[in-house]
This record gives sequence, C-alpha cells and structure tokens, in this order.
Amino acid sequence: MSLDHYLVLAGILFSIGAATVLLRRNAIIVFMGVELMLNATNLLLVTFSRMHGQLDGQVLAFFVMVVAAAEVVVGLAIIVSIYRTRRSASVDDVNLLKS
Amino acid sequence: MHTLMSWATSVPMSEIGPSTAEPVRAGIYAVAPLLVGLPLASAALLLLLGRRSDRWGHWLGVLASAGAFVIGLLTFLAMLGRDSSSRVLDVHLGTWIDAGAFHLDAGMRLDPLSMTFVLLVTFVGTLIHIYSVAYMDHDRDRRRFFAYLNLFVAAMLVLVLADSYLLMFVGWEGVGLASYLLIGFWNHRTPYAVAAKKAFVANRIGDIGLIVALGLMFATFGGVDFGTVLGADMSGVSQATLTGIGLMLLLAACGKSAQFPLQSWLGDAMAGPTPVSALIHAATMVTAGVYLIVRSSAIFDAAPTAQLVVVIVGAITLLFGAIVGCAKDDIKKALAASTMSQIGYMVLAAGLGPVGYAFAIFHLVTHGFFKAGMFLGAGSVMHGMDDQVDMRRFGGLARYMKITYVTFGAGWLAILGVPPFSGFWSKDKIIESAFIPTDGHTWRAWLFGMVALLGAGITSFYMSRLFFMTFEGERRWTTKADGGDQHPHEASRLMTWPMIILAIGSVGLGAVLASGSRFVDWLAPVTGSGEHGEPVLPAGVLIALTLVLVIAGAVLAWRRYAISTVPVIPPIGAPLTRAARVDLYQDAVNDALLVEPGLHLTRSLVYADKAVVDGGAVGIGQTTVGLGQILRKTQTGFVRSYAATMLIGLVVLVVAVLVIQS
Amino acid sequence: MSAVVHAALAGGTQTSGAEEALFWVLAPVMVLAAFGLLFARKAVHAALSLIVVMISLAFMYVAQGAVFLGVVQVVVYTGAIMMLFLFVLMLVGVGSSDSLVETIRGQRWAGWLAGLGLAAVLAGVLGTALYPDPVGLDEANAPTNPEGVARVIFSQHVFAMEVVGALLVTAALGALVLTHRRRLTPKRGQRELADLRVEGGHHLAPLPAPGVYARHNAMDVPALDPYGDPIESSVPRVLRVRGQEADAAEYAARIDRVLAGRSAKGDATNPPPAADPAGQPVNAPDIADAVAGVDLEGDGK
Repeated sequence: MSLDHYLVLAGILFSIGAATVLLRRNAIIVFMGVELMLNATNLLLVTFSRMHGQLDGQVLAFFVMVVAAAEVVVGLAIIVSIYRTRRSASVDDVNLLKS
Repeated sequence: MHTLMSWATSVPMSEIGPSTAEPVRAGIYAVAPLLVGLPLASAALLLLLGRRSDRWGHWLGVLASAGAFVIGLLTFLAMLGRDSSSRVLDVHLGTWIDAGAFHLDAGMRLDPLSMTFVLLVTFVGTLIHIYSVAYMDHDRDRRRFFAYLNLFVAAMLVLVLADSYLLMFVGWEGVGLASYLLIGFWNHRTPYAVAAKKAFVANRIGDIGLIVALGLMFATFGGVDFGTVLGADMSGVSQATLTGIGLMLLLAACGKSAQFPLQSWLGDAMAGPTPVSALIHAATMVTAGVYLIVRSSAIFDAAPTAQLVVVIVGAITLLFGAIVGCAKDDIKKALAASTMSQIGYMVLAAGLGPVGYAFAIFHLVTHGFFKAGMFLGAGSVMHGMDDQVDMRRFGGLARYMKITYVTFGAGWLAILGVPPFSGFWSKDKIIESAFIPTDGHTWRAWLFGMVALLGAGITSFYMSRLFFMTFEGERRWTTKADGGDQHPHEASRLMTWPMIILAIGSVGLGAVLASGSRFVDWLAPVTGSGEHGEPVLPAGVLIALTLVLVIAGAVLAWRRYAISTVPVIPPIGAPLTRAARVDLYQDAVNDALLVEPGLHLTRSLVYADKAVVDGGAVGIGQTTVGLGQILRKTQTGFVRSYAATMLIGLVVLVVAVLVIQS
Repeated sequence: MSAVVHAALAGGTQTSGAEEALFWVLAPVMVLAAFGLLFARKAVHAALSLIVVMISLAFMYVAQGAVFLGVVQVVVYTGAIMMLFLFVLMLVGVGSSDSLVETIRGQRWAGWLAGLGLAAVLAGVLGTALYPDPVGLDEANAPTNPEGVARVIFSQHVFAMEVVGALLVTAALGALVLTHRRRLTPKRGQRELADLRVEGGHHLAPLPAPGVYARHNAMDVPALDPYGDPIESSVPRVLRVRGQEADAAEYAARIDRVLAGRSAKGDATNPPPAADPAGQPVNAPDIADAVAGVDLEGDGK
C-alpha cells in the first residue's frame, strides 16, 4: 500500500466537509463540516511529513489544531449569542448582509 | 548670464548703450524699494483695517504716494549727480525663483527711463490723490478708493522698476487688477461692473501676448531679465523669433494701452471715478504699453517687421481715436478717445526706432500732465454739474468755473500743440520723426508723416469742440428757474490746486525739457541716441503745416460749437459721425468676430461636453449601476451561497491551473 | 507489545501489513461517518459521527508515526472541541432536528457540484502531483516522536508557539465577551424579596406545616388555627390544585368528636401506652375507624 491512499482519503474527507458546509443549514453542523475539512488537512500534513521524513508537517498540523480550538471557542460563542437573540441556529436566518 | 558678462566686458564703457547695469547697494538707492513698499503697505493697511481707518485713511494714502514721490525725487537727484554713462543701476533685492536651470533674481532697474516713469507716476499720482480727497468726499467708500489707488501706484512702480520681464509682468497684472477694481469701483451699477469686466478681459488678451513673449524669450535667450534678454547678441537669433517676440510684446502693449484692435475697453473704462480716469486711463497705466516697447527697444530694433507693425498700429489708433473723439458727446469718453489717439502717437514714435523712442517718452510725459489736468478739469466740471457728462448740456461754463476754465484751457492748448505749450514740443517732434524715412523707405515717411499730420488737425478739431462745447457758447444746462437744480460752481481748493499744478506743467514742462534736447540726452543711456536722418520735408515747413492744420481745426470747431447753437438733442449726423459715436463699430465688429463665434464655440463645447464627456461619465455610471443591479441579485445574504461561490471559484481556479500546467 | 506496535506502526518508508489492514478497516468507517455528518437529521448524530472520524484519524496518526499528534487529536479534538460542540448542541436544543429540505434555490445543486467538483479536482491534483520516495520518520522520530516534535516547535517555531498561546487567551476572552449577557434589571437579593413581600401584604412568617395532628400527620391535611379552623395555605399548592386536599372541616369535626368521646370514657388516656397490656391504645379502634372513614371518603372523592 502506498501512502497515496492516505492522501485520497484526506481528499474525500475534505470534499465531504466542504459539501457539509454548503448543504447543511444548522450552524453547528456547518461548523463541524469546517472541522472535518481541517482534520482532512491535518491527515494530509501528517502523511506528507512521513513522506519527507521531516516533522514540520506534524508541527503544522499541531498548530492547525490549536488554532482550530481557538476558532471553535469563538465560533461557538457567536453561534450561542446569535441563538440567544434570534432563537435559531440556522445560517440562512442570518442574512442581514443582503441590503 | 554668461552672455551678458562676456558682452559687457568686451565692450568699452564709452560705447555702452542701452541696458547695461551696475549693481548698487548704498545711499539713496538702498531705500529705493520703499518706492514700491510705501504705497503697497498703505494699501494693505487700508484694506485690512477696513472701516476703522475711514476717518484718516485717505490722508494715509496721500502720504504714502507723496512719500514715494519724495524718495523718487531723491533717487532722481542722486542719479543726476552721476555721469550719464553710469546712470543704469541695478538694485538687487534677492533671489526670486531658483528652479533648476532657471534662476531669476528680483531686483529694481533704476535708469533714466524708469526714473522718468517713477517721477511721473508718483508726482501726478500724488496730485490726483490730493484731488481725490475732495472729489470722493461724499463717497462712503473713500478709504477703499484710496487703498486701490495706492495699490495701483505700487503696481505701476513695480512695472516700471522691475529688472526682468517676469517681475514687470507682476506689476503689469497688478495695474490691471487695480484698473479693474477702480473702473468697477461703483460696481453696484451693472454697466460699470460690465465695463470693468470688459477692460479686464481686453487686458487679458494682451497679457497672453506678454506671457507668450516671456516664453519665447526664455526659450531663445535662456532668461527673462533685462540683462539677459536685452543684452543678448541679437544677430544670433532668427528673425522669425525676434519678430514673434516683438509682435507678442506689441499685443501686450495694445491690450494695456488701448491700441487697435484692443482699444474698445478704454471708452467704457470711463465708468470709473474721474481721478481714476485721470491717473490710470490717461497719465500712467495706459502708457505702460509704450514703456514696454521702449524698454524692449533692443528687440524691436532687431526686428524691423515688428517695428513696422508697431508703427501701423500706432497710426491706425491715432486716426481711429481722433475720429471717434469728434463724435463723442460724453466729455470723459471724448477725452478717452483723445487719450487713445495720443498714445497712438507715442506708439507710432516708438515704432520708428531710435529716432522716436525718446520722443515717445517725451510726449508720454507731457501728455501725462496735460491729459491728467484735463481729466481733473472734466471731473471738476462734473463735480459742479451734478455728475452730468453730456457736453451738449454744458456750455458757457467759463464764467462759473474760472480756475477750471483756465487750467483746462492750458491743457487744451498743450494737446493742440500750440507753441510754446508742452504738447508742441513733444508732438511736433513725433510728426517730424514720422517724416524721417527709415531704411530708405520714403513712402513710409510720407504715409506715416501725413497720418500724424492729419491726426494733429483732427485732434485740434475735436479737442476744440470739447473745449468750446463745455466752456463757451450759451448755457444749455438747467437752473432752478427751469426746474432743474444745476448750479455750476468752482470746486474746493483741494481740487483746484492739483489742476493748477498740472496746468503749469502743461504750459512749461515741454519747453523746459526740450530746451537743449535735455530730455533726449537724459534718456540716451536707455534709448540710445539715434542719429537723425533728414525728414522728407524741412522741419520748418512741417511746423508751419501742423500749425495751419491745428488752427483750421480749431476755427472750424469755433464756428460750429462756440458761435452757432449746439442742439441739446444730438442730430442724426453724417454716416461717419454715427459710426464714430459707436466707436466705428468696434464693439459690433468685436461682437461679430470674437464674441459671437466665441459664444457659439462655447455653446457647442458645452453641448459637446454634455453629450460626450458628461454622457460618457454618466453612461459609465449608469452602466455600473445597471451591472450593480444585476450583480446585486447574487448577493442573497446567505452565507452558504457565498461559500458555494467561493468553493466553485476555487474549483474553477484549480482546474484552470491544472489545464495550464498539463 | 509496544515494540510490536512500534515495529508495525512506526511510519516507516513502507507500510506494513498491519498498517494496511488498519487503513482498510478505518477508511470506510471514516468515510461512512463523514457521510453521516452530511446526512444525519439530528445534530447530535452528526456530532457523534464526527467523533468517530476524529478518533479514527487519531489511530491513523499513530500508525503514521505521529504519536504525539494522535494523542493530541484525541485530547484536543475529541476531548475538548467535540465536547464543546455537544455542550452547545444541548444549549441550543438537542431535540431540534434539522430539515434537509433545501430552501435556497440552486444551493443544493451548487453544493453538490462544488463538493463533487472539489473531489474531482483534488483527485486530479493528487494524480498529477509527483511524490518523492517516502523517507519515513524513523530518523526524525528518534529517540521518540514527541521529543522530535518538541525540538521542532521550540526551536524553529517558538515564536509561532507564543503567538498561538496569545491567540488562545484572546479566543477565551472573546468567547467570554461574546456570550456575556448584560443585566437589564437590578439583581433581586434576599432583602429585595423581603421588601417586596412586606409591600405586597403577604404572609410574612413561614407558612404553617400541614397535618399537625398525630394521627393525621399527612401532607393533605390542613393545619388548624387556634380556633379550630383549617388553614388552607398549609397544604402544598400542588395538592390543592389537584384537588387532593382532605376536608379539613370534616377532620376537625371528627377530631372534636373523638376528643369529646375520650373525655366521656374517663381518664383512660392518662396512663402511658406502654402500660397497656395489649400494647395498643385503648381507643385505637375508634380513631382507626375515624381515619378509615376519612380515607374512604377521601378515596371516594
């Protein structure tokens, strides 16, 4: 088995995550889609790290995780505060950008 | 600059003609900048203080002008004490412009020519200042009037004292501004404001000429100061360029001096208060064109074509003004036409070359006195007649205004050229010079000489007409008994004394300056002393001819306007008279040739601007708005739509990259 | 054991058989779980399937030699992030199921197009990319993977590390600020509540307890005031609302009767119950009857 399989798996996961972001309306699930995409990227990074025999990929994946943690904290806080004011967690309800 | 240096060192001192200068710093010359500074400071003070200086502002104005005169006089005396070959002095004031290769110092050129002007401007100016104190007594804006007068004096002094064409241009524009402000001094009356605008626009056309000339000079000589331009070696410059510069300078002179074809503004400029007409539109500013031509003598001497054009312009204007003057009933407009005509004489003389420069300036000085005197006299008449300017409603005023009558009479005789009054000495010399053939062209001598001679005759007629209609004949004005309330009276002493002094000048100045060709010698360092050719007719014959014509004109006027009854309502008159009344259709011609096409051009430009430029701009805007309206539909506000757009865009981008790479 | 794992899952240049087996087991599970995220009607199910994906990923990390990252994946992602997700899910309503009917016109179409297109494009990229021969992490991981990672982080990326730390603090603060709710009314303390009660003219002292009588010490029996009248408010409100309250007047009457009977029988009540040979109060049947009667009546209501 070559290492390509990991890459293909990461690609599939990433695409599914992207589709989740586009197709789901619950803000939390959309967020989870984003997390899935980040995870797929991490898998890619780890695999590349192994390919090149260097640990930088892993370190980068580590940073991705930490940043993702921060992002989740803030994002969920936003979702919660939106939910509090609008009683809805649907991303389609937040469309005030439209004039 | 090196051109000047090498030139100056290579020429022996004895042969130094026009436009060599030695820098000076010490003595009276050190305070020369005050010549400009005093009136300028006074003007600024009066304008800035506003109504607070209403009570004493006019006296400050008089003081500033008188102070300038005193300084001018001291400088003049100091200059008299110098050897005649070292009378061209430069007072360096400092670096004005230092931009790369272009370096220009601001400085003052003190030489006989500029000193002549300084004395004329400050002396006549001071007299007119004093006169104005009384004349403008009832005007609530008298202080502002004096501020403008001082501004004019300062600008005029900058004009004549500048040591470079660029600095002269500053003064040139300054006098234009002062003239505009003073013509439109009563700008609450629309025709006056329009007259001011007309004068300003006509001057602008001339100014363009000066600007172009400046550019040509800079391109040709690499500088615009007198030293560089006038000291340059003209033989190395193409004739076309010199002619171009000369014609452009002439255009500038035409605008400022109301010469054909830019003369139409001068008559309307009489809308200004009479002292303004006396100072600016008779004695000083309108002669700036003559100054410009004489100052640029080095250029004109090297460009005979331009010189010929100058003479032609002078001759045309001379006749033009004289003919117009015969028909005008407005005393000030008749005097304005006369001014135009007399400046025509000066321009003609200036165009004759070295023979005429000195006489042009000579006539300029005497004219400054007698014409200013007559304008002040006219102002005195208006003052006594409730601002009536129609000569057909004067008549027989000699009994009521004796001083005015006498002083005006002195001016009248002077302008007629009756010996021994001033005008005789200067005008006769010009006529004589006109008869001297230049470059062997005898026909020119005959043509221009006859024109000058004819002009003298016509001048005699219309000035006598003016004089007789005003002071002789029966009274045509209304008294209380008739229901009117005009009661002619002599003006106050503040007004009569300046008139008296100017009259004395009109009587004696010419003889004093002409005796022993004193004035010509005085100007020689600037104008050079051209050797006289012989006129085509002997000088004695010319004098006799002139006198005959003058007397004929005066007698004709006496018969028509003093003895016979002058109708109050102007008769229809001959076609020439009707044409002359409307300035020989000059305004109509201007309107038809310039104003109407200009208006049409402007309108079509406006239309084009609206259709093409605005249309383009608006079209772009509308297209953008339309596009925005379409694109707005894609802005649903749904985050997921945006995300889908982003992702599809990413896919497309990567596909594109892959396609390109493969 | 660890040696075996190390040998099998060291992230060497070549995949071992064990790793291959692990991959082929985990990969389908992960893809299926990911699809669960896409299709699950309930958000909780989606979160659970995402946890499956993440734990599987942790396995794969370890298999690829990234031991430290595998542990961090479990701790941070599944342990912290996903728990946070679940918390929030519970906060915003765990029961709410998400309708899968699309409301934005063309969005479903665009979403599928983008997703499939992305997959195709990624496949294209992966297919066309040139990979080096795998080097393996044996060398880099010596002596252990966490040490290697630590060496890289704290030498080359130490500044990034610090920045990330600051980012985390900021994020925590941000979450606090974002979810902070401003108090619109002044807080009600004990004193304010007491003042309100006095102002309202309500009962100030604690309410009387129900069922003060020895034999009827039940919640549904109201207490009696000194005049023998029942106090309605002593019975819990719930019972009153349900109508399960005993008739206080009836009780009062019976008790009065009982009391009166006892006094008629004499001083039998004076001796303590222990003195009774039968071990029962003398008048027990009476009271029992009375109670039974009441109970029966109560049941019959």
